[in-house]
Amino acid sequence: MSVNTELKKTTGKVVGIVSNLVSVEVDGPVGQNEIAYINLDGTKLMAEVIKITGDIASVQVFESTRGLRTGCLVEFEGHMLEVELGPGMLSRNYDGLQNNLDAMEGTFLKRGDYTERVDKSVKWDFTPIAKVGDSVSSASWLGEVKEGWIPHKIMVPFKLKGEYKITSIADAGSYTVDEVIATLESSNGEKVDVSMMMRWPVKVGVTEFKHKPRPFRQMETGVRAIDTLNPIMEGGTGFIPGPFGAGKTVLQHAISKNADADLIIIVACGERANEVVEIFTDFPELIDPRTGRSLMERTIIICNTSNMPVAAREASVYTGMSVAEYYRTMGLKVLLLADSTSRWAQALREMSNRMEELPGPDAFPMDLSAIVANFYSRAGYVELNNGKSGSITFLGTVSPAGGNLKEPVTESTKKAARCFYALQQERADAKRYPSINPIDSYSKYLEYDEVIENLDKTVEPGWVKKVDRLRNYLLRGQEVMDQINILGDDGVPLEYHIRFNKSEVIDFIVLQQDAFDKIDASCPMNRQQYIVNQVMHICESDFAFDKYEEVGPYFKKIINLMRQMNYQEFQNDKYKELEKELNEFVATRTVAQEAV
Amino acid sequence: MTQAFQKIYTKLENITKATCTIKAEGVANEEMALVDGRPAQVVKINRDMVTLQIFPGTQGIATNSEVVFTGKPPSIKVGDELRGRFFDSYGKPIDGGAEVDGEEVPIGGPSVNPVRRKQPSELIATGIAGIDLNNTLVTGQKIPFFADPDQPYNAVMADVALRADADIIILGGMGMSNDDYLYFKSVFENAGALDRIICYMNTTDNPPVERLLVPDSCLTAAEYFAEKRNMKVLVLLTDMTLYADALSIVSNRMDQIPSKDSMPGSLYSELAKLYEKAVQLPDGGSITLVAVTTLNGGDITHAIPDNTGYITEGQLFLRRDTEIGKIIVDPFRSLSRLKQLVIGEVTREDHPQVMNACVRLYADAANAKTKLDNGFDLSDYDERCLKYARGYSEKLLAIDVNVEIDKMLDTGWELFAEHFTVEEVGIKHELVDKYWKKA
Ligand SMILES: Nc1ncnc2c1ncn2[C@@H]1O[C@H](COP(=O)(O)OP(=O)(O)OP(=O)(O)O)[C@@H](O)[C@H]1O
Ligand SMILES: [Mg+2]
Repeated sequence: MSVNTELKKTTGKVVGIVSNLVSVEVDGPVGQNEIAYINLDGTKLMAEVIKITGDIASVQVFESTRGLRTGCLVEFEGHMLEVELGPGMLSRNYDGLQNNLDAMEGTFLKRGDYTERVDKSVKWDFTPIAKVGDSVSSASWLGEVKEGWIPHKIMVPFKLKGEYKITSIADAGSYTVDEVIATLESSNGEKVDVSMMMRWPVKVGVTEFKHKPRPFRQMETGVRAIDTLNPIMEGGTGFIPGPFGAGKTVLQHAISKNADADLIIIVACGERANEVVEIFTDFPELIDPRTGRSLMERTIIICNTSNMPVAAREASVYTGMSVAEYYRTMGLKVLLLADSTSRWAQALREMSNRMEELPGPDAFPMDLSAIVANFYSRAGYVELNNGKSGSITFLGTVSPAGGNLKEPVTESTKKAARCFYALQQERADAKRYPSINPIDSYSKYLEYDEVIENLDKTVEPGWVKKVDRLRNYLLRGQEVMDQINILGDDGVPLEYHIRFNKSEVIDFIVLQQDAFDKIDASCPMNRQQYIVNQVMHICESDFAFDKYEEVGPYFKKIINLMRQMNYQEFQNDKYKELEKELNEFVATRTVAQEAV
Repeated sequence: MTQAFQKIYTKLENITKATCTIKAEGVANEEMALVDGRPAQVVKINRDMVTLQIFPGTQGIATNSEVVFTGKPPSIKVGDELRGRFFDSYGKPIDGGAEVDGEEVPIGGPSVNPVRRKQPSELIATGIAGIDLNNTLVTGQKIPFFADPDQPYNAVMADVALRADADIIILGGMGMSNDDYLYFKSVFENAGALDRIICYMNTTDNPPVERLLVPDSCLTAAEYFAEKRNMKVLVLLTDMTLYADALSIVSNRMDQIPSKDSMPGSLYSELAKLYEKAVQLPDGGSITLVAVTTLNGGDITHAIPDNTGYITEGQLFLRRDTEIGKIIVDPFRSLSRLKQLVIGEVTREDHPQVMNACVRLYADAANAKTKLDNGFDLSDYDERCLKYARGYSEKLLAIDVNVEIDKMLDTGWELFAEHFTVEEVGIKHELVDKYWKKA
């Protein structure tokens, strides 16, 4: 492996310090976003160049700058912030700069404690896929190792440009990540040694694929309010804004447990450490129903909690995305979750303010929208150069100030993400979880013909239309609720009460879902279909009542029975018993089927 | 390690309301100094120009005032001698006792490696149903009271502190009235708890900027007892709104661009750095953080409570219930996010469902009340909800109720049976069979 180690590194010395923004006087060329290390009495503090004026480079330090003095020496590395990519990342707990948290000593984090990112001592069983003489280019699959249960492809480094021929490739056997497993030769005879590990600058998107068609296949999350009402596609993007305590994190965790993905990358970006603890305490115990293995075996955690340095928080989302892109290029279905992208935006704001840039709305940087859009655009479903496909589905949470969605981060994200899951304070207060507002939320994917066609095929014919009708019942329920509130229970026709209560059935049985109940927490698509059909049967039936007072109690009983069903294993004896009771009870008041 | 040698300067270049600037060499970022005897801290270095923030303010500082650099970041002494002692913001005794002589440690140090944390699982019982039943607290949790200034939040907090079974209670006062300070002191004294108490106090008599040091001092002391001594530490911080106000004063004087509500853009990170010190350690030590954030007319969208809510693991919202004329812990706006870890596991199996049903029915009562206020007739169900709500407030939500959790659950079932049918309550059948109080 050749790196330009011979070149003399640019150096400099600290001349100014304001919090984590440090000015460095340099003696040679420096690049925007180049990485530098500041030497503070032998401790190296990592930093990134964010502005250059003459021979002064402004760097944001990824660590506390306490004790830093002018005159401290700085070394520039000649490259941007990079991740190391190779087998051994699965199940890891990384910080925002891809340091392995488990490899650090002591209870407290120490400044300048940078660990090996990919373990160099582990031997992996390598099987070649390509052979000598094959023509390859960046991201071509050379071989494979089993990383847990994932067939981890060893690829031509993404940084290589142009065509190469394989002049040698290792035999099947065990190797460490830094051993040479193949030698490539370019058309002009330049030789490159390739190992099982590569580096990639996090802020640059990996584009080693043929094309990026529109997503069309559903990514099941197990959450009814998403899968049934506003489904997200494999390779799709979505965001979850909501005031504090509305349930963003619980929802993301539920998705991470149940989603139909090969690999889940969770970026805990500027949020609570205890929430990360919850993941790595629970996940090893929980079983992924698809593989029968522990959930941790398909999870990577990138964690920069709120008390960790702010600049590294900004890096963490990019680190997560780059790791996701790497696995996507192996043909895997990756789900990337970031909680919360607002904290990332705030990190940008803190730096921008310290650099005294002209602020945009709410003091956020002017180019916030562009930064957010650029990030979301890195997700997607791709067809790889070898004809296989891979995807990154991205779901970010947004924490709007004061819970008010008219703020820069929410607005910027709305332009970039295709699904919108608005969590609502009132629903959360009423413990109607998940508090996704069924009316305001949307999935743009439902406008795609190929999506409709595919859902009609995978769920049932006419599914999307049926869900539209369901949505309509919800809407009508909401309207009559407003009427009842204005005119009073006896000021509206009896029919209004029935309509309202039908929407309550949808709310309680389809929308609400107990994320902490073993069974209800995850609802597979076939069960969702079953529930929707049951609920639609009730919604599309006519009921006879004498007075409005009878309506509420009757539907409360229906709701109660169906909730009990939601808590049962699908189609077990108790479930069937309850279903029978439900059907009989529904029949007591139905008149005739409404015309469909 | 830097040698703690002292550098003395006597020529100030620049003096503002809160800062002064001098020419100096070899000064470290965040180092402490004394300017004319007043504590100050390095906040900015530009070549040989060093800007110091003077905590008590710059009134009377002259260009020839003496500046002495200490070579050290702000620190406190920690050790067992801290028990039973009262200090000011700088860690100087205010109880007439001698200086403590323990190990000197910098405040505001690094955070615990997330993978070295343990998931909190130990319940903290307070006897208050609005907390134990609806918003159960757990060791290692961080949670504020949201309260209007006229509510008795300090009294409630003192109750919680004394009932919680903590080894050490550390009280951090920020802008506290002298009367409240004396109140805390006497409550702790009367409870015979003084040897478990440590206090860092900034009262309204002290300069506001000084209070910026209080939470870090408390938490550094807490880390000593939790990590070195494996103790259960409870930290009380009141009032964090006044702490944030001090942050905004400083950032304003440093000409930073304010974001929402004139607060600095870094408010979230500043508060998170403190609150995230709450931790459960594997060896049994823990830091639990209960704070007070006073509100302005109940407005939680203001930047201070808003950012706090995004950081803490829930909030306890105090409100006066006009029906029963008492302060209650509002079941709608309050939340303990860690309750899932203990309810139904450490507590009785019916806890989650009883808690949820209680709140849902209370919400129905709120709807009924709206109807009533709008002049509509109430249904029989509405009437029953209202009666239930009264009982719920009086017997469970009021903060002067002090009972065991099982008793709270029993009371819940009694209220259900008194006012509702099994269907209306909507609890899992197995639990109804077992606990429903047949009339
Ligand atoms: N689906 C759910 N089922 C049951 N309870 C829920 C659900 N979603 C949220 N909750 C409750 O709401 C609390 C807060 O949820 P969560 O931590 O996800 O909020 P959040 O939106 O991430 O808040 P923040 O922005 O402050 O991080 C949870 O601790 C839990 O008590
Ligand atoms: Mg959250």
